[in-house]
Amino acid sequence: MVKSKDVLLEIEDLQIQGYSDEQWIDIIKGVDLTLHRGEVLGLIGESGAGKSTIGAAAMGYARDGTRISGGSIEFDGMELTTATEEEKRSLRGNRIAYVAQSAAASFNPAHKIIDQHTEAPLHYRLKKRLEAQEDAMELYEKLRLPNPEEIGFRYPHQVSGGQLQRAMTAMAMSCRPDLIIFDEPTTALDVTTQIEVLAAIRDIVDEYNTAAIYITHDLAVVAQMADTIKVLLKGEEVEEASTKEMLDNPQEDYTKSLWAVRSFKRPQKERPKNDVPLISVRNVDASYTGGEKVLDDVSFDVYEGMTVAVVGESGSGKSTTARVITGLLPPSKGEVLFKGEPFPPDYRNRSKDQLRQCQMIYQMADTALNPKVQISEIIGRPAAFYQGLRGSELKSRVDELLDLIELEPSKYYNRYPPELSGGQKQRIGIARALAADPTFIICDEVTSALDQLVAEGILRLLDRLQKELNLAYMFITHDLATVRSIADEVVVMQHGQVVEQGPKEEMFKPPHHPYTDLLLSSVPEMDPDWLTTLLEERGVDNVGEAASSDIDPDAGKVQGTKI
Amino acid sequence: MGDILGLIARRLGLGLVILFVISIIIFFMVELLPGDIAQAVLGQGATEDNLAALREQMGLNKPAIVRYLEWLGGAVTFDFGSSIVTGERVTGLIGERFMNTLFLAAYAAVIAVPFAIILGVIVALLRNSIFDRVANVLTLTSISSPEFFLGYILILFFAVKWGMFPAISSLSQGMSLGDLLYRTFLPALTLVLVVTAHMMRMTRAAIINLLASPYIEMARLKGAPPWKVIVKHALPNAWAPIINVVALNLAYLITGVVLVEVVFVYPGIGQALVDAVSKRDFPVVQACCLIFAATFILLNLAADVGAILTNPRLRHPK
Repeated sequence: MVKSKDVLLEIEDLQIQGYSDEQWIDIIKGVDLTLHRGEVLGLIGESGAGKSTIGAAAMGYARDGTRISGGSIEFDGMELTTATEEEKRSLRGNRIAYVAQSAAASFNPAHKIIDQHTEAPLHYRLKKRLEAQEDAMELYEKLRLPNPEEIGFRYPHQVSGGQLQRAMTAMAMSCRPDLIIFDEPTTALDVTTQIEVLAAIRDIVDEYNTAAIYITHDLAVVAQMADTIKVLLKGEEVEEASTKEMLDNPQEDYTKSLWAVRSFKRPQKERPKNDVPLISVRNVDASYTGGEKVLDDVSFDVYEGMTVAVVGESGSGKSTTARVITGLLPPSKGEVLFKGEPFPPDYRNRSKDQLRQCQMIYQMADTALNPKVQISEIIGRPAAFYQGLRGSELKSRVDELLDLIELEPSKYYNRYPPELSGGQKQRIGIARALAADPTFIICDEVTSALDQLVAEGILRLLDRLQKELNLAYMFITHDLATVRSIADEVVVMQHGQVVEQGPKEEMFKPPHHPYTDLLLSSVPEMDPDWLTTLLEERGVDNVGEAASSDIDPDAGKVQGTKI
Repeated sequence: MGDILGLIARRLGLGLVILFVISIIIFFMVELLPGDIAQAVLGQGATEDNLAALREQMGLNKPAIVRYLEWLGGAVTFDFGSSIVTGERVTGLIGERFMNTLFLAAYAAVIAVPFAIILGVIVALLRNSIFDRVANVLTLTSISSPEFFLGYILILFFAVKWGMFPAISSLSQGMSLGDLLYRTFLPALTLVLVVTAHMMRMTRAAIINLLASPYIEMARLKGAPPWKVIVKHALPNAWAPIINVVALNLAYLITGVVLVEVVFVYPGIGQALVDAVSKRDFPVVQACCLIFAATFILLNLAADVGAILTNPRLRHPK
């Protein structure tokens, strides 16, 4: 498609400040940006790089606690930095629309989806209510939502995340804007669902020749969506180039390092021969009080010193399996063995020594650490509880643990979690698990809330600790790149069942269970043509939720043939 | 919808259990009070024979548990026995007064609740403005002044200085509604001043609490003007805490108005309770306490149900 080359948005030397600790700090330090009609610009960078702030500024909007302190933002001839609030408001939703990261949080729970959709066209008197509703249904159909006539009349909580994200894209389209800001629209979705949303967004932006700023930290995603890519670091531009050029030939070191992140890979270990598994999950069924079965005949083994990755979409039973192993949720059938001996199903019946063996590290280090407790106590408490250490013994143990996670003891001993960065907090989470001196650690999505470089650091640390302390990991994740880099064996779960398991190298080679195949093929690759090729191969209606619900977990279980 | 009905039925059941427990507490607390009811009725000069005869007549010789069950059995049919001071039926004695109290509470509530919520929405919209601060200071002043003081101030200006409204709420049978509203205006206004602040501040806080939500930012980025963001996007999600505070204040309007009734000589149940306590008229005290408890439980139940009904997740299950 030939795109007209009129400039739609011109940002020059944009400076934005944020208020923290009683003073204004520069968060965007002079960024330029030019966007033509119909062009899609990818903004990438780690959290804190200022991507979202620039996205909001393109609408003339400064979030609470921030202010636009310099530069100019010209949208189609209108200077937004000097425009009145009314003038800016008349653009929003009308000529510039916004698609947020979490559709579940960004739809108002109190109103039907379609009423939120028609709000802007009705407000701007572009359409009558019925017309606007019909238009909404048309957009729902274009975005391949199921039951386009009816889905809008549901409340947001009655619709799945992937569908809601597409409904929000439809809402952004309601006034046929010139520009849409997509702020990490697929970050919160499973890979299988992400494809659907990406395909839908790309089609509709193309069809209406809408310009877009696509904000993400996922390079493979931005490669599918953007014509040009701009890389940001700490509020400053690193470089900008066309997508192809950026992928093939990045100029700056920082960009190269981003591209290289996925390179960490450690050699795959083999199972020890004639050995009893450290943890053995045997035919486990489980359900939450009064609910349906969420685990159905789950069995797998974890051997000493090895890493088993458990993958699957949200709701596939990964975290429930962790709860069964730790004894938080006693299974309704089956059992968990530790070195061949049955583990009491309820953690309350486990001895201190049994409890010590099995520790957890959580996804959100933010909420898993008590913000009002000092680091020394967070790590020291399990050490005191399990080993009975006191006084100077305890202090030297805490120092030793801090050393292990590569944080200088004297510097961090007396600090509190909110003073630390995300990666440091996750390290504290790791140290807390190590304090019990375990043999088995469950890592529940430990890197998914972190930026890629930081996540890589955590993976390297976990790998080193595994070698030094001979730990076994159960690594719950939905990120197959992580699986590739750290796992020895893989367990694939769907609808509470294990559909496939085996050594990693074999898992990434066909033949697969259809669901594994879907998961693997859904992971975006750095090739800009990946999405196009995939959609051609599979067909637009055979991706995401539609495809995964077509797969019967029992269909051709390949389990056993591989082990 | 079945879930909601079940939820309401469970709350109602729980309310009855609580009421039952409270009835036990009320009955036996009164039982524990020092002194002898027969002695109280007959006075110091009574002979042993007279006392014994009265005890027999009032059933005081029966075991406490039997008397409790008899009392409870009567209470469920709104028969609270007879006053031991005047011999009148308790129901007749306090029934009319309770109606008067309900009338005054309703009068105040009809003004105060919409006023407080609308004011709360306005100050949330104009947060941190001069209007917000002035409204805050005024409502804080009114909530921190004792209600009898507010009452006397109102009497001083509206009744004594300007002569606009009567200082004493003398009610009589067959008064027209207009007349009734006119005569009880000052006590109602006093109550409005006392309860508005609490509800207004909760409305403001509940709305402002939601303003950081992503869906509020979404509404702003869709170009919704500030009043629409507040009224259409924040308020519908803020009802649960607001309803709870409204219910607490309504309960206060019924059970906490003793001082206002005394100041304005208003013939309500609060005065009846005070009279009964000073005269050791136990059946009346017990009946009043039970009515107050039931009022609290009912209003809290109503608040729970209201909060459930305003939650779309519960109203429209998946």
